[in-house]
Amino acid sequence: MTTILSPLPGTFYIRVNPESEPFKKAGDAVSVGDTIGLVEVMKTFIEIKAEVDGTFVEYSAKDTEPVTAGQNLAELEG
Amino acid sequence: MTLKIISHGLSTSIQDLGRPGYFHLGIPMGGAMDRFSLRVANMLVGNPEDVACLEVVFLGPKIEFTKSVIVAVTGAELPILVDGEPRDTWSSFEVKAGQVLSFEFLQAGARAYIAISGGIDTPTALGSRSTYPIGALGGVDGRNVQTGDELPVGDSSNSKAGLSVDEKLRRLPDTPARLRVLPGLYWHRLTEASGNNFFSDEWSVAPEADRMGYRFKGGRPLEFVDREQPFGAGADPSNIVDGCYCYGSIQVPGGKEPIVLHRDAVSGGGYFTLGAVISADMDFIGQLQPHAPVKFEKIDMAGANSARAERKQMLEIIRKELRQEPKTQP
Repeated sequence: MTTILSPLPGTFYIRVNPESEPFKKAGDAVSVGDTIGLVEVMKTFIEIKAEVDGTFVEYSAKDTEPVTAGQNLAELEG
Repeated sequence: MTLKIISHGLSTSIQDLGRPGYFHLGIPMGGAMDRFSLRVANMLVGNPEDVACLEVVFLGPKIEFTKSVIVAVTGAELPILVDGEPRDTWSSFEVKAGQVLSFEFLQAGARAYIAISGGIDTPTALGSRSTYPIGALGGVDGRNVQTGDELPVGDSSNSKAGLSVDEKLRRLPDTPARLRVLPGLYWHRLTEASGNNFFSDEWSVAPEADRMGYRFKGGRPLEFVDREQPFGAGADPSNIVDGCYCYGSIQVPGGKEPIVLHRDAVSGGGYFTLGAVISADMDFIGQLQPHAPVKFEKIDMAGANSARAERKQMLEIIRKELRQEPKTQP
């Protein structure tokens, strides 16, 4: 199991806009460089990218909720 | 050239103690959001206290050094690595030519200050190297530091590794942060109940928070004393006929979310200001993360002056301590 951590504090989003599908769903293949979420801080959206290949398991942080630096955002398998 | 910016993090800028004297022309003082931490960072590396440092927000940069220097990082708890080996914050350490300074994830606070012996030696604008991007003044050609930049560093003969500031003298806000406020010229515009609510409610830092101002949300909306708005003030009760703003002044557009103006503030406008955060607490605002809880506390002028004196005293204690022999390294 690999965890993806937030590099900075802000607000977490799992989709590009409220009408979109989440970036990843359980079972999706994940490749290095895939965007799995966004963290908004100081009016800027930072793309959170996978640093390993694997299979998406779940988001561990809630959509539109505050996150801190180092907080677990999502889990991958493999 | 001694600093190569391999990556700039989120927002890294050159800051010193700013360019006072031009606010009446609309050019803000600017400079470090946390002046205390910038001064102490410079003291640790043997620089004059007003020398230019890097102000790092939330996410550390990655920097290669082409000359051996002494470095110190103060302010936010941003764990330091030199070629992957940890170093202590609020302490001076050597970085040799060819080594890379990088950082782990932020642990506390919002802004870290990287001081380098000799200081960053970019050209000054109106007497300061501080970056004011809105006016394209200072910094690197008027902008923040970017990946690929090479920054000049001045000479130093006065620096040593192994100095450290006592933990009790490191200054970061509490949780919730206490920001002391001196009620201002327009305080009478609020109803008594509403004025009390402002100080009893808990607020938190809104996403719109930067060097120009910090916005807060979560408290009850303000209620204003009824009046016929003066000519030119506009219909909203939070509007006035234009007035001057001071650093730390609190405007509340629409009576909803207070904004505390900070170092890159505008100098005037048409919002009433209910008061100002006192100078001794302005540094704390620079260390608040998004969503951080905040309580505003009412204070009078005598209290504000003694808080300012206490902060000066803390700096004086650190100055004295750092003049002593360096502590032995573990």
